[in-house]
Amino acid sequence: MTEPTATPVELGPPPALVDGNGMPDAVAADVNVAAAEGMEVKTRSQWSYARRRFFRHRLAIIGLFGLIVIFGAGAFANLVAPYTFDQIDLTNVLHSPTTVGHHYFGTDEIGRDYLSRVIYGIRTSEQVGLVVAVVSTLFGLFIGAIAGYYRGWIDNVIMRITDLILTLPVLVVLLTVAALIGRSSSVWTIVAILAAFYWTPIARIVRGVFLSLREKEYVEAAKAVGAGDLRIMFRHILPNTLGPIIVNGTLAVADAIILEAFLSFLGFGIADPTPSLGKLVNGGQQYPQDWWLTVLPGLVLVMIVICVNFVGDGLRDALDPQQRRVRA
Amino acid sequence: MLTYIARRILYSIPVLLATSFLSFTFITKASDPLANLRSNPRTNSPQLLHHLAHVYHLDQSLPIRYWYWLQDVFVHKLGQSLLTSQPIWPDISVAIEHTLQIVLLAQVIALILGVAVGIYSAIRQYSVFDYTMTSLSFLGYAMPTFWLALLLQIAFTDIYLHWHVRIFYTSGLNSGVTSNTWSLDRLQHIALPVLTLTVVSFALYSRYMRATMLDVINSDYVRTARAKGLPERLVIFRHVVRNALIPIVTVSALQFGALLGGAIVTETIFTLDGMGYFFITRLQTSDVYSVMAYIMIVAITVIVFNLLADILYGFLDPRIRYD
Repeated sequence: MTEPTATPVELGPPPALVDGNGMPDAVAADVNVAAAEGMEVKTRSQWSYARRRFFRHRLAIIGLFGLIVIFGAGAFANLVAPYTFDQIDLTNVLHSPTTVGHHYFGTDEIGRDYLSRVIYGIRTSEQVGLVVAVVSTLFGLFIGAIAGYYRGWIDNVIMRITDLILTLPVLVVLLTVAALIGRSSSVWTIVAILAAFYWTPIARIVRGVFLSLREKEYVEAAKAVGAGDLRIMFRHILPNTLGPIIVNGTLAVADAIILEAFLSFLGFGIADPTPSLGKLVNGGQQYPQDWWLTVLPGLVLVMIVICVNFVGDGLRDALDPQQRRVRA
Repeated sequence: MLTYIARRILYSIPVLLATSFLSFTFITKASDPLANLRSNPRTNSPQLLHHLAHVYHLDQSLPIRYWYWLQDVFVHKLGQSLLTSQPIWPDISVAIEHTLQIVLLAQVIALILGVAVGIYSAIRQYSVFDYTMTSLSFLGYAMPTFWLALLLQIAFTDIYLHWHVRIFYTSGLNSGVTSNTWSLDRLQHIALPVLTLTVVSFALYSRYMRATMLDVINSDYVRTARAKGLPERLVIFRHVVRNALIPIVTVSALQFGALLGGAIVTETIFTLDGMGYFFITRLQTSDVYSVMAYIMIVAITVIVFNLLADILYGFLDPRIRYD
């Protein structure tokens, strides 16, 4: 998403207010006075207001920071991790967390450094979360836009598909598919399976917004000027749907990570030797005495989900047009 | 209202048929019930395989197999397993009973606690209590079920191993062979799974209840009630809580429906012979028709509870009319 940056302006066209309407005369006069007195006048676009609201949201910033740290560690796993994830050391098995030899998270049943395994697990979960969120958001956006704008048979088909998927809990569907297709699946199989089912709620949301917006006057105006369907859909309507979509896409990252963890935990996820957070928790299950094997990867998982939720909340407050107040 | 219900039920029949046909297609395509026999040199004679395929209609085309399966579902109570040749219904009905016990207990506790905490949090918004409970429910919401269940399991295993006191069991349904639905032994066994499910649902309900309470508290008619001098207690309980409960009814009906089919993880961790455990174990052995039976029961449960949620909603909130 490109954000128009806030720039000081000459007094030209009235700068946009928060609600995007033209500026009332009285305010414009004030701005004139302010400018005349040498004060800096800035236009603020919708995005810059959203950005300000977001950065004032304390929890969102904490969440963002946490995510950068955790996902950063995952992305640069080969630099951050003290060992590789598959380095076996049979002389040092099931050791509890210690600073000796940098085994901060202890070692597992065949002496692999657990911190390194968790960091590489983050990398897997991160890949799954981000790719599933991006792919299913884009796909859902596209399908939802077409369904909401054109109505007709495609709308019908999509709504019936969502009806079908809604008759079963997601986990049941995913487990069945993963069990039957994905024995010893790679990361990308799991990503494909998750994305294949995750686009429907997003398509539903986008469709709803498009259904209401296509009747608006500005769409009619755009039609009157002779704009094509694609231009109206993606240039005029789409920007108005971005708020809920971005929020949903963010939360989808957490959902996808959790779902992957569930699949891997139940043994229907990513195949060995790739570690993933859910798999690590599952592996730890066999050693209830060695708590760190279960507790630590789960804790990382919880932290990721909490951080994503914080960021999602911040984005919702910042982007939701219904909610204009700035949070302290 | 009646026409609405009838229409919804009629509409759910094609949905169920479509769901079952799609699942059937997918599941039968993706797995081979004779794989075990085929790989075993003692049973892989072509005649035997051919005979079995014929007996179980495996050599027929997909729609015809589906048709045979559908008949079995109605005539023979979900039919029999292809792997064990045992009828499915006895196994799955026991599983349903177990799941029902756990889910019912957890839902009742979670609802009572969630509603109470939600009400109190909303009345004392931004108090220490409110902040504590909001953070706790946020945590409960973010925690994956399997992790919570494992933490409990680790904690109680440790307690037993260190101090040799058995407070709660960490797996199974009964210690002996006899199974008694409401014995102390059973309660000690299901306490931890119930606790797990309670925490998850409690987090949902208390958040929801708090949010709707706050919505209602700030509405005009509540201000009117206060303005005409009603005592605060009456305002809260007669005017606010009543209306704030409406969405909770819907949410809990949906949650209940979802849990009945899918306490999958909790049941797997505590090795409880419930619906979720049934599903996972059958899925691991590719027991096609048992998996199908599970999917059908879950789909029906979800549809019924969705319908129930909508009906209750219309019943409780006269502003909503279905026609």
